[in-house]
Amino acid sequence: MSTVKTPTPTSPREPGNKPRTAGGMSAGMPVRFASRIRVDRRYLPVIGTLVVLALMLIIGGSRYENFLSGRVISNLFINNSFLIVLAVGMTFVILTGGIDLSVGSVVALSGISAASLLQSGWPAAVVIPLVVLIGTVIGLVVGIMVHVFEIQPFIATLAAMFLARGLCYVISLQSIPINDDTFVSIASWKQQFGEEWRITTSVVIALVVVAIAFYMLHYTQFGRTVYAIGGGEQSAMLMGLPVARTKVLVYVVSGTCAGIGGLLFAMFSRSGYSLTGVGMELDAIAAVVIGGTILTGGTGFVLGSVLGVLVLGLIQTIITFEGTLSSWWTKIVIGGLLLVFVILQRVLVVRRR
Amino acid sequence: MSTPVPEGRPVVEMSGISIEFPGVKALDGVDLTLRPGEIHALMGENGAGKSTMIKALTGVYSIDSGTIVVDGSPHTFSGPGAAQQAGVSTVYQEVNLCENLSVAENIMLGHEPRRGGAINWRATRRRAGEMLARLNLDIDPASSLASHSLAIQQLVAICRALVIDCKVLILDEPTSSLDADEVAQLFEVMRRLKDDGVAILFVSHFLEQVYAISDRMTVLRNGRLVGEYRTDELPRLELVSKMIGASLDELSELEQTTERIAHDRSGEEPFIQAVGLGRKGSIQPFDLDIYPGEVVGLAGLLGSGRTEMARLLAGADRADSGQTTVSGRLARLRTPRAAMQRNIAFSSEHRKAEGVVGDLTIRENIVLGLQADRGWARRMPRRQVDEIVEKYMTALSIRPNNPDALLRNLSGGNQQKVLLARWLATAPELLILDEPTRGIDVGAKAEIQKLVAQLASQGMSVLFISAELDEVLRLSHRIAVMRDRVKVAEITNSDDVTVENVVELIASGGTDS
Repeated sequence: MSTVKTPTPTSPREPGNKPRTAGGMSAGMPVRFASRIRVDRRYLPVIGTLVVLALMLIIGGSRYENFLSGRVISNLFINNSFLIVLAVGMTFVILTGGIDLSVGSVVALSGISAASLLQSGWPAAVVIPLVVLIGTVIGLVVGIMVHVFEIQPFIATLAAMFLARGLCYVISLQSIPINDDTFVSIASWKQQFGEEWRITTSVVIALVVVAIAFYMLHYTQFGRTVYAIGGGEQSAMLMGLPVARTKVLVYVVSGTCAGIGGLLFAMFSRSGYSLTGVGMELDAIAAVVIGGTILTGGTGFVLGSVLGVLVLGLIQTIITFEGTLSSWWTKIVIGGLLLVFVILQRVLVVRRR
Repeated sequence: MSTPVPEGRPVVEMSGISIEFPGVKALDGVDLTLRPGEIHALMGENGAGKSTMIKALTGVYSIDSGTIVVDGSPHTFSGPGAAQQAGVSTVYQEVNLCENLSVAENIMLGHEPRRGGAINWRATRRRAGEMLARLNLDIDPASSLASHSLAIQQLVAICRALVIDCKVLILDEPTSSLDADEVAQLFEVMRRLKDDGVAILFVSHFLEQVYAISDRMTVLRNGRLVGEYRTDELPRLELVSKMIGASLDELSELEQTTERIAHDRSGEEPFIQAVGLGRKGSIQPFDLDIYPGEVVGLAGLLGSGRTEMARLLAGADRADSGQTTVSGRLARLRTPRAAMQRNIAFSSEHRKAEGVVGDLTIRENIVLGLQADRGWARRMPRRQVDEIVEKYMTALSIRPNNPDALLRNLSGGNQQKVLLARWLATAPELLILDEPTRGIDVGAKAEIQKLVAQLASQGMSVLFISAELDEVLRLSHRIAVMRDRVKVAEITNSDDVTVENVVELIASGGTDS
């Protein structure tokens, strides 16, 4: 979990004895007070997620044998790698104050396209970039709808969701197995660390996506513009930032991530199916929100979204370990957790006023 | 100014600029010339087209006709980004920064130093710190912008404008939320930039400031050009009459219609009586009575708790101590709606965020409050609506005189008037006005002041908040003095009370009164 401590560039200076000037500035009498050791309010939601994650690990570890093992943690990443990628893309969109409902369908479209093309003999080296590109193109179309035609993101991505799902049915109603040698060998590559820890191709891809997203959000102008748009689109525009390009690009990023997600899911299931990923967009949104990103935009971190995915995955793991609970309990717990986090965010926002 | 008025090749030449919005001809063939090293004031009433002119120059609005020449070559900027690249930087009237980001980021966003393609945060913060130091601002660049007052945010916005090597700096009402020291600080920076050869376009409603700092001025009226003048050749009164297009006599008449007689209130029942009303972290418990027909002014510096007091009385914030009595009965003002039901109307200082609805027309905005009062099921007949709208548009001389114009196309001052009209239409018994005249020109200011006095004489209670003490003094029967979120004194107004008295009270905290 050391990833969370990665210094975000806007983090406050190390707590020291440096006095700060308080807001007032009344008549040349700055009110000074020594800064205490305090956490920037922006990190509170993420810290909340981290606490929840730690609690779940502790509870799971104390209740079940073998819970806190390398195998369980490794599986947590392996089983949720596609969701991590989706949540990363979704974070970009939500940071601008938008939403992307199309990602679940794009996962299915990208997966079934891969399966179908491989089945008809296309080489994996062509198919893999191509299906990612499908996601990119859908994202581009959505971005243009949202920005140029000023359609609400909800509606634009809803349209894309139906479109992509429909295209899946056109390709095939049945599940298509993937037997291509190259693809299967890529999908089944894994690296063992010691007895229990292991990573697979999909985990590597997911972590690379997370690293690239982190770099983009914090070290490029594009990323900072994403935050600025979330803080106020009008302001960002008047500050001379490339708002138009950025708004289109966030949907391209999300679409591309969905394309990659589809690929990872195809690797995971060794097949493509038109009913894959129904409701997966909502899982991604839930992970982002639980990860501390505020739906109105401007505040949140991509690493928080990764934590959000891990929380969701861990709920599932605990319920599997419990054995007697039906899988519906996963949804109930996610629902409850989501409510708690949204309320927590409201409280923070209200306090700020 | 003792310095010679700069001549030389203009850096910006706008000629014949026209812009039309649906229902509003915002600009009609206006010229503007800026020369290097001059401070040029753009003058005019609200709705005269100053902000539109600025947005035309910076590419926020596209112009319908006319030409813009920057540095000798014709330009049409596609947006503020393009304008900045050509060296035209703007600080807008309402702070346009991102509150979710740090001070350093707000200053440097889009111009961050890079290292190997990536933003170099250390250098970014250092550079932002240097910019802050240039304006003598002692704040932590890494702190969140939202943690600073509006005044500081305004200065941060100016820092941002200075980051790029600008040839033209546009300051749209930069001083409306600054106190005297901060204004002096800003002027110092402006003079320094002027010496560096920057052309500064300065918009302000404070005539003193315009005369203190500007070399030339261009006067607009109703979207048309009145003329360009040298500041030292245009006497103040003449400027005002050019701006409002009225003779000087009419103006002084407006200024003097207000009266303030403090009645003996003993034996009368106050309309609203607050006892020990307070809210943690916002304002210390205070007592306040407002009688029918009385104007109570709130004096105090920015952030002294004026707005917080108003918000408690209006139900916008919930009090956590004390109680309020309205017309002799205990009233719990927990929501603005509860306050409205007791005929308390609150006109907020943030008209953009908390007041008007930009996407509705003037007519719809005016009847909004009235309709809310009636309940949604009882639609108001069109004729009645038109009557009300007509009445207030005339009374407040709202421009453009077209009830179907969209509110967001109106100037700030006219939006304020529409907001005022909305509350007046609900016939409140207590009208709380928070900074109703901020960013408003002399003519409109006098009109609003006159209206307030008139309403009070008809029996309405008014709580009047303004940063301009002379205005508070001119209008109020009684004045409550605020300091550091405490009500420190309450004085009855008379001819003997001067601005200096009140300033002293604010400074001393009322301990020796």
